[in-house]
Amino acid sequence: MNMQKIRNFCIIAHIDHGKSTLADRLLQFTNTVTDREMQDQLLDNMDLERERGITIKSHAIQMKYTYKGEEYTLNLIDTPGHVDFSYEVSRSIAACEGALLIVDASQGIEAQTISNLYLAIGQDLEIIPVLNKIDLPGAQPEVVAEEVMDLIGCDREDIILASGKEGLGIEDILNAVVEKVPAPKGDEEAPLQAMIFDSVYNPFRGVEVIFRIFNGTINKGDKIKFVNTGKEYEADEIGILGIQQKPQQTMKAGNVGYLISGIKVAKEVKVGDTITHVKRPCPATIQGFENVKPMVFAGIYPVETTDFEELRASMEKLQLNDASLVWEPETSAALGFGFRCGFLGMLHMEIIQERLEREFDMTVITTVPSVQFRAMMNNDQYKIVNAPSDMPEPTLFKHIEEPFVKVSIITAADYVGPVIQLCMDKRGQLKNQVYLTAERVELTFEMPLVEIVFDFFDKLKTISRGYASLDYELIGFRASHMVRLDVMLNGEPVDALSAIVHRDKAYEWGKRLCEKLKELVPRQMFEIAIQAAIGAKIIARETVKALRKNVLAKCYGGDISRKRKLLEKQKKGKKRMRQVGNVEVPQEAFMAVLKLD
Amino acid sequence: MAGIYLHIPFCKKACHYCDFHFSTSSNLMEELIHQIGKELVFRKNYLPEGEIIESIYFGGGTPSLLSQSQLSYLMDTIHANYPVKLREVTLEANPDDLNDAKLTQFLSCGIDRLSIGIQSFRNEVLTFYNRAHNAEESLQCIELARNAGFAKLSIDLMYGFPSLDHTGWEADLRTALDLDPGHISSYALTIEPRTALGTWVKRGTFQPASDDFVAEEFEILQDATEAAGYIQYEISNFGKPDAFALHNTNYWTGAPYLGVGPSAHSFDGTNRGYNVSNNSGYVRALREGKLVFETDNLNAEDRINEYILTSLRTIWGTDLNFLETTYQVNLIELKSAELNFLSKSGWVSIQDGHLILSRKGKLLADSVAAKLFL
Repeated sequence: MNMQKIRNFCIIAHIDHGKSTLADRLLQFTNTVTDREMQDQLLDNMDLERERGITIKSHAIQMKYTYKGEEYTLNLIDTPGHVDFSYEVSRSIAACEGALLIVDASQGIEAQTISNLYLAIGQDLEIIPVLNKIDLPGAQPEVVAEEVMDLIGCDREDIILASGKEGLGIEDILNAVVEKVPAPKGDEEAPLQAMIFDSVYNPFRGVEVIFRIFNGTINKGDKIKFVNTGKEYEADEIGILGIQQKPQQTMKAGNVGYLISGIKVAKEVKVGDTITHVKRPCPATIQGFENVKPMVFAGIYPVETTDFEELRASMEKLQLNDASLVWEPETSAALGFGFRCGFLGMLHMEIIQERLEREFDMTVITTVPSVQFRAMMNNDQYKIVNAPSDMPEPTLFKHIEEPFVKVSIITAADYVGPVIQLCMDKRGQLKNQVYLTAERVELTFEMPLVEIVFDFFDKLKTISRGYASLDYELIGFRASHMVRLDVMLNGEPVDALSAIVHRDKAYEWGKRLCEKLKELVPRQMFEIAIQAAIGAKIIARETVKALRKNVLAKCYGGDISRKRKLLEKQKKGKKRMRQVGNVEVPQEAFMAVLKLD
Repeated sequence: MAGIYLHIPFCKKACHYCDFHFSTSSNLMEELIHQIGKELVFRKNYLPEGEIIESIYFGGGTPSLLSQSQLSYLMDTIHANYPVKLREVTLEANPDDLNDAKLTQFLSCGIDRLSIGIQSFRNEVLTFYNRAHNAEESLQCIELARNAGFAKLSIDLMYGFPSLDHTGWEADLRTALDLDPGHISSYALTIEPRTALGTWVKRGTFQPASDDFVAEEFEILQDATEAAGYIQYEISNFGKPDAFALHNTNYWTGAPYLGVGPSAHSFDGTNRGYNVSNNSGYVRALREGKLVFETDNLNAEDRINEYILTSLRTIWGTDLNFLETTYQVNLIELKSAELNFLSKSGWVSIQDGHLILSRKGKLLADSVAAKLFL
C-alpha cells in the first residue's frame, strides 16, 4: 500500500457533542458498514459505554474512500472523551496526522475539548473544525464558529457545517481529511517501530493490541518485542480493523492495525509502548510513554463477607481487559477482607463498580475515595499513603504532601462568581481568567486533587446549571496540613470510615459525617455514640437514641406464621449489616461519605 | 383443648386502618354463611382426633351483623359435627350493632362473651378512623350488654393516635376503666400498607405518631390497667385474674384450632393452613364442593421460632423445659451470649425455668424474640 494514500485521523469532541453518530455516518458513507450491520453508535460496543454516551475504550477502524478517482485508506482512531482517560487520548492522538474537532453548534467548546485540542496541536496534527448538530433549533453556528476561529486561528470557510443525525456535511468531512491531513511519513525499510495506542481483551484470543506503525514493516510470524515491558512474542496474527478484523501477511509504515500474539493479561500491554523486532530493534522508542498511574484510591469490599474469593476472581478478570485497574488485598476490621484499588479517576471507579455488578453480579461496598498522599518522614524519605491506615503517627513525619492539579473550567460568564466561590471552598487558587467570547470564560485554578475527586464535578454542574466543563492535569505534590479523621461507634473505631482531610476542613467533615451516620444507623437496643476524632481529640458527636419500641400490636391465629417470617426476614437483613463492637451498621453507612452534602 | 374460629367477612364501613379481609357489600352474605356451614362439615376431621372444642370465636369483619338464624345455623352445625364442651363462645361486636333485641338473640344462640370494638371514646378519633359508631355508642354499649345478661365483656382500645400530648389517650383509658369491662385488648395504631392510612402515609398526607410517642402511650396503658387490677397477660391483652380470654390464649400456647370462612387460618398442631381471602372465590369453590386452602408446612425450626415468638409475649413466658423435652433444644446453652446480653440489659429474666419479658422488655418483644430465633 502506498503511504501517500493513507490518512490517519482521530476525533476530538466533548461528550454528547455527537462524535459517535458522526463516526457512524462516515462508516456508512464509505460503505465500510452496510445499513444492515449498522447499529447505533457502532464504535461504542460496551453496553456501559452506550448508556453513558462515552467511548471508554478507544478503537480504530479502516475505511476506503475514493477521491478524484483515487482510492484512499482512512484510519479513524476513536478517542475516549473523559478526563480520567487523558493519557489514552494522548496516545491515540500521537498515532494520527490529523484530527476532526467536533463542536456542538449549540453548546460551544468545552474544557475537555480544549485540552485534547492542545494535545493534538502539540503533536502537530492538522485540525479540521466541524460544527455538528447544525440542524438543531438551538444551534448558533455563527457564534460558535467565532469561538473556534479564535481558538485554532482558522478561517471561517475552513469550518465544516455538519449534522451526524441528518447526514449533512459528511462528504465535506471526508474530502477535507484527504485534502488536508498529511500522509504519514516513515521508512518501510527501517527497523520496525510501532506504537501501541490501545488494546482490547478478547476472551477467546487473548489481548488484541492496536498499533500504529511509524517505521519498518511487520510480517505475520515475526519475532517481536515490546520495548518498555521487555517481553517478546510471536506475531501470530496481524491485520487491519474493519467492522470485522481482516488478517494480513504484511503491514507497513504509516498503517494502523491489530496484533494477536497470545497475550493473556492486559497488564503486559502498556499503551504508548513501542513494538519492534527482536532481531533488528529500532534505535529509539516512541516518545511519550508513561506508566499510567492511578489517581483515585478506594477500598472495595464484598457485601457478603463470604464472597471475597469470588470478588478476587472477578477483579482478576476485570484486570484482564482493564490494565489501568490496580489493586492489592486490604483488611478492614469493619468490612472484613477486600481490596484497596487504584483508579484513573472517579468515572473509572464508577465504571469498575458497575462492571462488577453487571458482568459478575458482585455487589460491593466502596469506601471513601481518596488520592495518593506522601509523608516526608523524619529520615527524609517519602512514605506513600494510599489509605488512611497507611498514615504514619504524627511524631514520625515532618509533613504530608498531596497531589495538586491545574484545573481548567469553561463556564458561561454569568456563573463565574459561584464557580470561583466553589473552587475557593475547595482550597483552589485562581490563576487565570480568560474570556473566550463575551459569554464564555475559561478559569484556571490550582487545586488539591483530593478536593475534586468526588462531588466537585456534580457541584460544578449544579451551580453552572449544567454549562460548566472541567479538565485537569497533575502538576505535582505540595505540602499540606493533612490529618487523619477517625470515626467511632460507641468508642470502637470504624476503620472503613476514616479519611485523610485537610485540617481546616476536618471539623466540618466530622460534623457532617456524624450527622449523616445518625440518619443511616438504625436505633438499636442501646444508645449509640457516633464520634469523629483526630487522634485522641473528639471533634464531633451525635447520638442514636436507644430503640424505644419494637413490638407488633397484634399476634393472633392468622398472624403467627406471617409475623415469624417477618422477624426472620428482618433478622436476615441484619446479618448483612456489619458489626462494629456491638453496633450493627448497615452497608449504606460505609458509603455515607459519598453522599455528604 | 381446641377452638373454632369463624371469619365473618362483612362490614358496614371500611375502617381506615384495617387490613383484615372483609367486604362492605352484603350481597353474598346469605350464601357465604351457608357455605361456612358447609366448610364446617367438610373439615370436621381437620383437628387431631380426640380434640374437644372448648372455645368458639366469631371474628371478622363484623360478626355482630349476623342475624339470629345465621348465628344459630352456624352454632347448630358445630354442635352437630364436633365434640364440644364449651367454656367460652365469643363474638366480636361493633357498638352500633348492639341493642336489647340483638343482645338477647346472641345470648339465646349460646354466645357468652362479647369483644366490643370500641377503639376510642373520642368522636374526632372515631371519625378519623372511619368507624361506624360514635362516642355516645362507645359509652352505652357496655351497660346495654351487661343489662342484657353478658357477664364476660372485653373491649378493644386503640392508642398511638398522633396528638400533641397524651391527654386524649389518658381520658379514653379512664373512661374505659370506669366501665370496668373485665378484659381489655389494646393495640397501637399500626399503619398497614393496603389501607387508607397506609396510602396517606405513603403520599405524605398523614404523619403517624413517632415510636417514642407510641411507647409512652403503651407505658401509660400498662400503668393505668395495673392500678385498676388488670393483669397484662399478653402484650396487648389485659384481664382481671378470672377474665383472661381462653380462645386467644390457645393461640399463644400452641393449641390446635380450626378457622373457617374466607381468609381464616387454621393450625392442626403441626402445620398452618389459610383459606382464600376472597368472598366470591370462597363461595364459588364451596358451591362445587371444593375448598381453596393453602398449607404452610412448618419444620421444627419454624415451630420453635413461633413458640418463642408467641410465648414470650405472654405472662407465662417461654417454657425452657418444654423446648428441651419437645424439641431437644437447650436455649440457655444455644443462645447463652444473647441471653446474657438480654438479661444484663434488663429485658428478660428466667423464673422457674421460664424466660419472661420484663416490663420494659415488652416494648422490645420483637427484638428479643428475633435474637433468640434459631
